[in-house]
Amino acid sequence: MVESKQQWKAWLYLSPAILLLLVFTVWPIFNTLRMAFLDGYGNMAAMGGATFEFGIENFLKVIDYDKFLDCLKTTAILCVATVPVSTALALLIAVALNSIKPLQKTLQTIFFLPYVTNSIAIGMVFATMFNIVGYNPVERAADTWGIINLVIQFFGGEPISWINQGSSYTANIVVMIVYIVWNALPFKILILLGGLQSINKQYYDAAKVDGTRKARVLTRITIPLLSPMLAYVIITGFIGGFKEYSSIVGIFGEKMGPPDDAGRLNTMVGFVYDALEKDRQGLASAGALILFVIILLVTMFNNKVIKKHVHY
Amino acid sequence: MSTTTVMQERDVKKRTFMQKMFKIFGKTGTYTFLLIMALIILFPFYWMIISSLKTLPEYRQAIPTFWPNEVMWGNYSKAFTTANLGNLFLNTLYVGVVSTFASLIITVLSAFAFARLEFKGKEPLFGALLATMMIPGELFTITNYITVNQLGWMHSFTALIVPFLVSVFYIYLLRQNFMQIPNELYLAAKVDGTSDIKYLWRVMIPLALPTLISITILKMMGAWNSYIWPKLVANDEAHQMITNGLRNAFTDTTGQADYPVQMAAVAIVSAPLFLVFLCLRKYIMQGVSRSGIKG
Repeated sequence: MVESKQQWKAWLYLSPAILLLLVFTVWPIFNTLRMAFLDGYGNMAAMGGATFEFGIENFLKVIDYDKFLDCLKTTAILCVATVPVSTALALLIAVALNSIKPLQKTLQTIFFLPYVTNSIAIGMVFATMFNIVGYNPVERAADTWGIINLVIQFFGGEPISWINQGSSYTANIVVMIVYIVWNALPFKILILLGGLQSINKQYYDAAKVDGTRKARVLTRITIPLLSPMLAYVIITGFIGGFKEYSSIVGIFGEKMGPPDDAGRLNTMVGFVYDALEKDRQGLASAGALILFVIILLVTMFNNKVIKKHVHY
Repeated sequence: MSTTTVMQERDVKKRTFMQKMFKIFGKTGTYTFLLIMALIILFPFYWMIISSLKTLPEYRQAIPTFWPNEVMWGNYSKAFTTANLGNLFLNTLYVGVVSTFASLIITVLSAFAFARLEFKGKEPLFGALLATMMIPGELFTITNYITVNQLGWMHSFTALIVPFLVSVFYIYLLRQNFMQIPNELYLAAKVDGTSDIKYLWRVMIPLALPTLISITILKMMGAWNSYIWPKLVANDEAHQMITNGLRNAFTDTTGQADYPVQMAAVAIVSAPLFLVFLCLRKYIMQGVSRSGIKG
């Protein structure tokens, strides 16, 4: 009796969640698949009574579209460059933080700060730091080169046009890498520090007794025991990297590139949203599915590589 | 005492001295490294604040000042009116509060059902829910855009709130927490004739409060930082969210824009999150380390 009462009660409690999930999660999975395989599907046209053939034209179009390859290239470069750098830096910081007592909490709070910021808003701050303000036609030079260029000049380098008119793709990418790494550090430090604090102190005591050197302790004890967390941080880093979008909007605005070359830094996600807004949902769906498959493959590859090195 | 033992003693002394030096150097090195990194992390915030207080000519000086000569508080009021920040704050607060509240109710009820009640198909259903977490959100967005359009929700708060009310991850998190509460408490409450809702309210919710606070904060942060979805479905003035409003008000990030005012706007938008973080640091860091999602 109690059992049957629990039955309907359970479904009653679950009903709001299930209803919403059916509409906004389950249906989209099927519908996105459907739209991807209907040639040239557009919702406005569909509502107007147009019909679409079943086929793989959307996918071919996405792959054939040279801007998509540019998006893929930018996304891949950002991923490959930022994940190792931010992971290595986060590891160093976490190990250093774990080895100190005074100031540990304060520094930990400081290192977490970038996480509680709005990636668009702080992107605008980075843009001003790299930005060249006010071109002075008389002296044929900028009024101010921006703080980053001033630092470069201070160390004897030449100022670079980072994000302004006429800036190079490489310079743009460097700015993005700096910003994304800055943004990615807090989460990684948090996870790695948590992992470090849960390592049994006995390993370190044993190493001390044996007189093991610091570097060896790091490579033989800390990193192996931390490997599950490292794996987690790397995998989520790649997944996040392939979905990069709003940090670029933060720095370059919705033009997704320097003023004279809009769209130069567009990413896969940006491509999907562009197609969506232009009422080309078939194309957008195909793009999203391709992105999904790429993320899946990269994650599987990461898992395979990592499995060889992770000690659980 | 033979000479060899003396030499050995001296050796040992020398070695411990070296070790001490190494330790001191190591500690100094560690602190130097950490402080430099902390400065790099903090620098953009410092730059944002001092830039926001400068006059435009001072901002443009070839040699920048590291503290404004003349503190321009006026930039803040100018930023507030230029970007219509008051309105944006209210919109974002409304969406954040309503969606957090509704989301908490849905999450608590579902987590309770999964943690405490027995029903047919419980395990497969829970498994199916978890499986949806693997699919990237972009895949849902495309269809949800169409759905919202067809429901006539375009340019409304409903479109901003309803599609994201259910988070499988939060249900999972709270269920784990609820399961740690001994079942005997529930059975005892049943014997006493306490209703489910009363039991939830009196026992489960107080015990799971830290998780609920984490969920609340993450959900509010989500509203504060959301950009893509609002841009797609509600980018009109009456419903604009704070991030979109900020980005739209200052479209130029290069060239001749009025940077001090822009930085003042960024500082105003960043401040609430900072304050919340400083007050509720523990909950935020706990929540984030378990969820690993930004916003």
